[in-house]
Amino acid sequence: MPDIKVTPLGAGQDVGRSCILVSIGGKNIMLDCGMHMGYNDDRRFPDFSYVTQNGRLTEFLDCVIISHFHLDHCGALPYMSEMVGYDGPIYMTHPTKAICPILLEDFRKITVDKKGETNFFTSQMIKDCMKKVVPLNLHQTVQVDEELEIKAYYAGHVLGAAMFQIKVGLESVVYTGDYNMTPDRHLGAAWIDKCRPDILISESTYATTIRDSKRCRERDFLKKVHETVERGGKVLIPVFALGRAQELCILLETFWERMNLKAPIYFSTGLTEKANHYYKLFITWTNQKIRKTFVQRNMFEFKHIKAFDRSYADNPGPMVVFATPGMLHAGQSLQIFKKWAGNEKNMLIMPGYCVQGTVGHKILNGQKKLEMEGRATLEVKLQVEYMSFSAHADAKGIMQLIRMAEPRNMLLVHGEAKKMEFLKDKIEQEFSISCYMPANGETTTVVTNPSVPVDISLNLLKREMALGGPLPDAKRPRTMHGTLIMKDNSLRLVSPEQALKELGLSEHQLRFTCRVQLHDPHSDTDTLGRIYTHLKSVLKSYSIQHVPDGTVIVESIVIKVTASAEEPNLKVVLLSWSYQDEELGSFLSTLLKKGLPS
Amino acid sequence: MKLYCLSGHPTLPCNVLKFKSTTIMLDCGLDTTAALYFLPLPLVHSPRLSKLPGWVSKDGAINLEKELKECSGRVFVDSQPEFCLPEKELLDLSTIDVILISNYHCMMALPYITEHTGFTGAVYATEPTLQIGRLLMEELVTFMERVPKAQAATCWKNKEIQRLLPGPLKDAVDVWSWRKCYSVQEVNSALSKVQLVGYSQKVELFGAVQVTPLSSGYSLGSSNWIIQSHYEKVSYVSGSSLLTTHPQPMEQSSLKNSDVLILTGLTQIPTANPDGMLGEFCSNLAMTIRAGGNVLVPCYSSGVIYDLLECLYQFMDSANLGSTPFYFISPVANSSLEFSQIFAEWLCQNKQSKVYLPEPPFPHAELIQTNKLKHYPSIHGDFSSEFRQPCVVFTGHPSLRFGDVVHFMELWGKSSLNTIIFTEPDFSYLDALAPYQPLAMKCVYCPIDTRLNFHQVSKLLKDIQPLHVVCPEPYTQPPPAQPHRSDLMLELQPPPMAYRRCSVLGLPFRRRYERIHLLPELARSLVPSEIKAGVSVATVSAVLQSKDNKHVLQPAPKPTPVPPSKKRKRVTEEPPESLNPKPLLSGAVPLEPFLAMLHKNGITEVKVEETADGHILHLQTEDVLIQLEEDATHIICDNNEPLRTALRDLVLRFLQKL
Repeated sequence: MPDIKVTPLGAGQDVGRSCILVSIGGKNIMLDCGMHMGYNDDRRFPDFSYVTQNGRLTEFLDCVIISHFHLDHCGALPYMSEMVGYDGPIYMTHPTKAICPILLEDFRKITVDKKGETNFFTSQMIKDCMKKVVPLNLHQTVQVDEELEIKAYYAGHVLGAAMFQIKVGLESVVYTGDYNMTPDRHLGAAWIDKCRPDILISESTYATTIRDSKRCRERDFLKKVHETVERGGKVLIPVFALGRAQELCILLETFWERMNLKAPIYFSTGLTEKANHYYKLFITWTNQKIRKTFVQRNMFEFKHIKAFDRSYADNPGPMVVFATPGMLHAGQSLQIFKKWAGNEKNMLIMPGYCVQGTVGHKILNGQKKLEMEGRATLEVKLQVEYMSFSAHADAKGIMQLIRMAEPRNMLLVHGEAKKMEFLKDKIEQEFSISCYMPANGETTTVVTNPSVPVDISLNLLKREMALGGPLPDAKRPRTMHGTLIMKDNSLRLVSPEQALKELGLSEHQLRFTCRVQLHDPHSDTDTLGRIYTHLKSVLKSYSIQHVPDGTVIVESIVIKVTASAEEPNLKVVLLSWSYQDEELGSFLSTLLKKGLPS
Repeated sequence: MKLYCLSGHPTLPCNVLKFKSTTIMLDCGLDTTAALYFLPLPLVHSPRLSKLPGWVSKDGAINLEKELKECSGRVFVDSQPEFCLPEKELLDLSTIDVILISNYHCMMALPYITEHTGFTGAVYATEPTLQIGRLLMEELVTFMERVPKAQAATCWKNKEIQRLLPGPLKDAVDVWSWRKCYSVQEVNSALSKVQLVGYSQKVELFGAVQVTPLSSGYSLGSSNWIIQSHYEKVSYVSGSSLLTTHPQPMEQSSLKNSDVLILTGLTQIPTANPDGMLGEFCSNLAMTIRAGGNVLVPCYSSGVIYDLLECLYQFMDSANLGSTPFYFISPVANSSLEFSQIFAEWLCQNKQSKVYLPEPPFPHAELIQTNKLKHYPSIHGDFSSEFRQPCVVFTGHPSLRFGDVVHFMELWGKSSLNTIIFTEPDFSYLDALAPYQPLAMKCVYCPIDTRLNFHQVSKLLKDIQPLHVVCPEPYTQPPPAQPHRSDLMLELQPPPMAYRRCSVLGLPFRRRYERIHLLPELARSLVPSEIKAGVSVATVSAVLQSKDNKHVLQPAPKPTPVPPSKKRKRVTEEPPESLNPKPLLSGAVPLEPFLAMLHKNGITEVKVEETADGHILHLQTEDVLIQLEEDATHIICDNNEPLRTALRDLVLRFLQKL
C-alpha cells in the first residue's frame, strides 16, 4: 500500500529550526532548514544525522524547499549544504532568494564576530549555498524531475513567503511554512485552491489563540506609543529587519503625519533602507492597495523614520526606536534594552513571538531580574507590552485554510505541544480527518489510496456515456464492460472487441442449440406467432422480431419451429444462442419448456 | 477540432480553437494600421491641417468635402481614427470559454470582444501583460479623448462611393467593421475579467483541457501557450524572441511533441538585423544632436523603449553627448517606467540578479535620478517650460496619427536639422509620414523587431518537431516585394496549413483515448491473466461516473440478494437483466485435453468424428453433440439444462475471456 512519511527534524511540537522530511512516491524532500534561536549549541541546527550518519545528503534528498527568509526556516541552510554536504536543488521564491543571504550573513556576523564562535559557516559558504538555489514564481509548476513537481502559493506572513504543494503522481502534500490568513498593512492573505492534498502540514504557532481584530491591536499599539512619547519616555520595539518592521513603520508613519508629532522615530542597522528597497522592487508581493498606488506614492519611502545611530540611545527626550533582532537575544536591540531597562518611563513593545531561551521570552514571562554576562544582573523597570503583530494564522485562520484546501489528513508542526493537542482535537472533530503532531525525529506514516489512471478508448467511453444517459440513475447503475490491456507500463481500457483485434486474437464462438418439444395444435407459422406474442408479453425490455422467413429473433437468439414428422401437434422449437446471450438463452429454453399459455 | 481565424494579420492574431468541449480564443490583436487612412489629431490647433481642402470627385458628382480632405496629394478621412477589429461574424463570441493572451500587443482588441458580445468567460494573462496592456489601452483612450472630434465619417464607407475614391482609400478592406476606440469604462470592465497566471502554471479548464503559459522571450510577461489534454497537444506560438533583450528567455523544450503548432508573430522585417538597427539608431541620433538638431522617436510606451534607453545610457557618455536630455512623453510614461522595475521575476537572468543587490533592474532609474531622462504625461504643463533643445523625444503613437508625436511632427518637421527615427515595425513609415509631406526633417527607418525570423523559426521547428504547423498565409510565400527570396518563407514537410481572415481549418487530430481513474478497490479486484509475453489483460466490469469531465470507474455494486420469500417462484420467471453482457471469448478448445476433462467429469462414452473444420463429439449416453472447431464450439443439448451448463463451464475453462 503506498504511503507518505513525514518526519520533523525540527519544529516537531516546537517552534524553531523548522526542518521536515517528507517521503512521497519514492521521493525525499526537505521542507525548510532553519535554526533555533533559543540554543547556542548543537541543538541550534536540525539533526541531519537522521538522514545519514556519514557522508553527504545529496543522494538522499531529491530537493530542499525553503518557505520564507526567517532564520528559523533557513538559518541552517549553509550548514546543511556546505558543511554537511548537499548539492541538489534548493527552491525558494525570488524575494526569499534575495533576502535570505543577507539575514544569514547577519546571523553569521553576530555568531562568529561578536560571540567568537568557530566552526561556523563562512560568508563564502553562504554564497556557494545560494548558487544552488533555484528561484520560482507563485503558481509556477516546477518539475523537479519526471515525477516530482512543486508549486508555490502566496502565504502572506513576510515578503516572499510561500506555501508549497509537493506532488508525485496522484499523491500530494502541502506545506504551509508560516502563513497569515488576514491581510495586513503591507501583505495580502494566504490563498490556496481546493487541491485536496493527502496531508496538509501546517504551522500552529497560534493554535489556541483567536485574535481580536487587527484594527484594535493597531489602535492599542498607537495609543501606547503615543502615551509614552507624550510623557517623555522612550519606546523600544525589537523587530526583525524585514517584515513586521515595515508594517509597523507604515502604521507609525501615517499616525505621525496625521497627529503632526515631532518625536523622532529611528530604525536601527544599515539594513533599513536596503530592506525598504526590497519591498519597492518586490511590490508585486505586497497587498493590493500598495500595489495599486505604488506609482503615485510608494509606501516604503518614509518621511518620519530616520536611520539610527548608536549614540542616539543616550539622547534626552522621547523617541521611538525599531531595533533588530526581534527576540532581544543579541545585537542592537539588546544593547538599547540594557540602557533603557532601568527607567519606568520607558516602554518595550514586543510585537512578535519569542522562542524559549531568549531574553525576550524571559521578559515576557514577567522576569524582573535578568542575569547578564559577567554575572551582572539587570533590573527591568520599564513597561513591557506584548502585542501580537506576528503574521501567523490563528486557530480561525488554520481552520479556514483547511476548508480551502480540503486535505485528507492534517499534520501540525511549528507550535507548542499543548496548544497543538487542543487544535488537533478541534480539527478532528470539525473535519473528521486524522490529525498528527509528530515530535522531532518521530515519523508519521499516512497510507494513501490513490486511484489508478488508465487510458480508456474514446469509443468505449462515448458509447458508455451515451448509453448511461446524461444523468446516471443512482438506483440502477449501469455496469460497463471493458478489457484492460497491460503492456509495457501502459494501461489501456478498450472494448472487448477492440482488445481481440489489438492483440491479434480471433474470437471463439461458443454457441448453444436446444430443441424444445411443444404440444401445440396449430400450424407451424401460427405456433411461431404464438411464441412471438408470448415472448413479447414476458420480455418487455428486449428487442423481439418476427422475421417473415419463419424465425423469431430475441436480441441475437434465433427461434425456429418445425413440426415433428410423426405427430403434427408436436412441435419442435429450435433455440440457438451464443455465449454472449447465455442468460437469456437459458431463460428462454426453460420458459418454452413450460409450454405456451392457451 | 477546429480553428476559426478571425484575423489575417500575422502579428496581431485572433484565432479560436475548439478543442474537446472547450472554445478557446488565442489572442485578440487590434489592427491599428487602419488609422493611417485618417488625418492626424493635433493636440494644438494646426492651421495647416484645418485649412485642407475637402474632396470632391473630378466630375463633381460625389461631394464628401466634410468627410475627406486632400493633403499632400493623398485623401484622408477627417474623423476620429478607427481600427480594424477581429472578425465578429464567423462564430458566436458569447460561446467563448476563455481567452488566452500571449503579450500586451496582442490584447488591444479585448474590450471589443468581452464587452457587448455576451462574453461570459475568463481571460488569462500574466501580470506584466495585464498591467502593461492596461497602460497601453489607457494611453490609447487618452490620446483619443484628449482631442474629441465631433463627427464620425461614414458616407465614404458606402461601397458604391468607396469604389470611386482615389487609392489607397479605394483599396481599404472591411471598412464597415472598423470601429472607433473604446472608453475607459470598457477597458476596466474588460480587464476585470483577466485572471493572472504565472509561467509554467497548469490551468485546468473544465477538467477537460489544461493550458500553460510559457515564456516567449519577446516582451515583459509575454507567453506562448500549451493547450493539451492527456493525449493531444496544441502549441500556440505568438511573438517569440531568441535575442537577449530584457525579458526572460524563450522556453523551447516544453513545445516538443506537439500534434499541432500554431505559429504567428514572426518578425515583420525579416531582412533587418535588430543589433545592426540599434547601431544605426545610435549613430543617426548622435549625428543629429551634434549638428544641433532634435531627434524624435515615435514609439510604444513599453517594450523596445526600455532597450533603447539602456542602449543610450551606455552610448551617450561614450559619444560625449552625456548632457543631452531625453524626454519620454506619454500619459503612462511614469507608470511604464515604474512598472518595468517591479517585474524582476519576468526578466532575464542578468536583470533579475540586480534586484538581489537590491538595485533596480533597468538603468533608466539612474537616468531619471540624474535628470538625464525626464518623463511627462503630455506636452502641456511642465514640459513646455522645462524642455531644452537639442534633445531626444520618445513619444507615441507610432502611427503618427494621434498622441503627442503629432505636435512634434508639426513643430520639427520643417527643419532639416531634426531627425525622426522609426523603430517600431508595425507601420509603413512612408504611409505614416504621408499627411506631413512635404517634410524637411530627415527620416531614418531603423525598425527593431526582435521576433523570430525565418531562419530561427525553421531551426526551432526542427528541434521541437511538431506533427503539423498552422500559420498565416503570408508565411507560406516569399514577401510580395521580394518574390525571389524563398528563404523568407516557411518550407516544411508536411507543408504548413495556411489560414487567412475568416478561414475555418479542421485540425488533423484523431482523438482515441481519454483518461479515466480506477478506484483503488476496483483496481485491487481485477484478475489479470497473461495473454502473451509481457501482455496481460483483465476484464473490467464497473460503474462509470463522469463529473466535470473527469471519469472514474468504481466497482459494480453487488447484486442485491433476492429476498428469500414466497415471491421466489415469481422471481425465477423474471427475465434476466439485459445489462450484464458476457465477455468475449478467445482461444481454442483442444480435443484431447477436452476429452480428458469430460472423462474426469464422468462423461466417458464419447464418439469422436473428424470433420473438415474440426471434430464432432457425440456424448452417447446423454445424446449431446459438441462441435469443436478452431474458432467455434457449438453445444447441441436438449432438455438437460444442468448438463448443458456443466459442459459450458468445461469449455470455458479452455478459453480466455476478454
